[in-house]
Amino acid sequence: MSKELIRLRDCVMSYGDELVLDHINLYINDKEFLTLLGPSGCGKTTTLRMIGGFLSPTSGDVLFDGVRINHVPPHQRAVNTVFQRYALFPHLNVFENVAFGLRIPKADAGGRKVKLPEREIQERVMEMLSVVNLKGFEKRPVSALSGGQQQRVAIARALVNRPRVLLLDEPLGALDMRLRKDMQNELKRIQQEMEITFIYVTHDQEEALAMSDTVVVMDGGRIQQIGTPEDIYNEPKNAFVADFIGESNIIDGIMRADGVVEIFNRKFQCLDKGFDKDEPVDVVIRPEDVDIVDEAAGQLKGTVTSVTFKGVHYDTIVDFYGFKWLIQTTDFCPVDSRIGIKIDPDGIHVMKKSAYSGMFGDYSSYSEEYEELDVVEDESQEGEGDDPWEDGYEE
Amino acid sequence: MRNKRGWFAVPYVVWMALFVVIPILIMAVYAVTTADPATGELQLTGANFTGMGVYLNVFLRSFWLAVVATLVCLLIGYPVSYWMAKEGPRFQRLAMALIMLPMWMNFLLRTYSWMSILENNGLLNQLFRAIGLLDLLGVDYLHMIGTPGAVVLGMVYNYLPFMILPIYSVIVKLDGSLIEAARDLGADGVRVFRRVIFPLSLPGILSGVTMVFVPSVSTFAISSLLGGGKQTMLGDLIELQFLGGAYNPHLGAAISMVMMVIVVVCMVVMNHFGEGEEQAVML
Repeated sequence: MSKELIRLRDCVMSYGDELVLDHINLYINDKEFLTLLGPSGCGKTTTLRMIGGFLSPTSGDVLFDGVRINHVPPHQRAVNTVFQRYALFPHLNVFENVAFGLRIPKADAGGRKVKLPEREIQERVMEMLSVVNLKGFEKRPVSALSGGQQQRVAIARALVNRPRVLLLDEPLGALDMRLRKDMQNELKRIQQEMEITFIYVTHDQEEALAMSDTVVVMDGGRIQQIGTPEDIYNEPKNAFVADFIGESNIIDGIMRADGVVEIFNRKFQCLDKGFDKDEPVDVVIRPEDVDIVDEAAGQLKGTVTSVTFKGVHYDTIVDFYGFKWLIQTTDFCPVDSRIGIKIDPDGIHVMKKSAYSGMFGDYSSYSEEYEELDVVEDESQEGEGDDPWEDGYEE
Repeated sequence: MRNKRGWFAVPYVVWMALFVVIPILIMAVYAVTTADPATGELQLTGANFTGMGVYLNVFLRSFWLAVVATLVCLLIGYPVSYWMAKEGPRFQRLAMALIMLPMWMNFLLRTYSWMSILENNGLLNQLFRAIGLLDLLGVDYLHMIGTPGAVVLGMVYNYLPFMILPIYSVIVKLDGSLIEAARDLGADGVRVFRRVIFPLSLPGILSGVTMVFVPSVSTFAISSLLGGGKQTMLGDLIELQFLGGAYNPHLGAAISMVMMVIVVVCMVVMNHFGEGEEQAVML
């Protein structure tokens, strides 16, 4: 990654008493794919709108290339946005939507406003339409396009202006699962091809992990963790991040020494160091890092309370001394059977206690939690449902 | 009627047939006939239409004044609608009430009051005299009543709400993210208006223009009260043929028919223009 392009310095955003962003500090490198990830209301969209110029922070600075741009209006920023609901101009066809930004006279080096020649507009729009696989659609009214196609018009309309940074506000939220997966690859390809910084807002952790160079996990107006997708998944900083990214069992533990953590009065080997002796900690154990063994050979012994077949693996809920764990394994263990488990030292991740301790990571209400996840999905898919095959995307 | 609920439309259909379709048919019959002065028998004739030429100036005046009134309504109404749409809901309710308020009063009464305002010895002239404006100009009074301007004023005053309401309702529903998108793509305030807000409010403008132009072109009370009998418009002409001294219902019916055709043609042309945008707003 190259040099820093955007920096948010101590940005606070508040409406009256309500604190929406709480001292955000963040820098974004040139040509980076950065994702702001968090549940709704976490401040990720507010952060994006601050970079786009639609909001100025209550206090703090927004720097672009080292220049403070707090009050520079959106039309003067080298930044373009792909809006959540695309916001395509309904009175213009596909070509004119994409050409919208190009038709606006720009100040040249001498400060004079100059119009792009029609031929260049024509070339750039057509080039962009081919980048997003929409060649041949230029004369169509945007209302005649499917959701996925509208999405790609919105991306083309933003990218044709060759912005330094592209902001994307949950751009795939309205698409169905399959189309979303295709578009993820598409976006990543475009970003790498055009070498543009992407700042991407989503509540979908899979999307964030799959596309990003850097993930910024947010909650309650604060940045919870910044890191590569691997860091965020393997080394979550607190119970919120551990729970939000993937599935985790989060158990109270006590750090007995460097590399030794005690759970349920039993000592486990781990790789974590640097905690105080006997410090209470949160211990994250990912469901796929647990091996099921005979009860006698297990480090912990428990009773299976439910099993769900998931295709690749079974989701097995096991009761250990009243605390329910989710274990993902290809071994089938019937309900009510007694099992033992083994955990390798690198399967254990120890975190400092935080405000989120005790809120997440127990699977006693497992099924409800899944329902909650479904609700989130539904919200994001309201409106158009898309058939990827009708989309012309396969052409 | 296959749909059961279709029966709900029966009262309306009967009403329309009795009071709209049949009268139009009667008018059509009147328009192409003339009554024998002696026997009162109806005789087929085209004279009602061919003889209409002498009223060409009335036709032209009607259209001219209606066009001017519509343009003035648009020039006043659009900025007002735009401003209202941008303000908060409390202001919008207040403004709406103020716009509707005059309509609670009888139309004739409102026009009569304009008479007493614009008269040679009316309120405005008294005011001008009191502040010395008349002495300054060296005249006894400003001649306002009986001018085309007074008629246009009356029409604008009465029909302005019909321009504001449709335009306002289109602008207020305009998706704010479109404006943000335009700004994001580099458009400044003027360009956002020209390239996004204005084109998207065209359907409102079209229906406003129709709702002002149609009653304006056929108005009769306003022109006879504020025009002082000198600004005869089509409506007055028709009234004159049915109720006035020039009693000739056959000619009146013929003029009505011509006017109806012209208005329908105007509306069809207008709607044709608006079609593309109409769809756009539905989106």
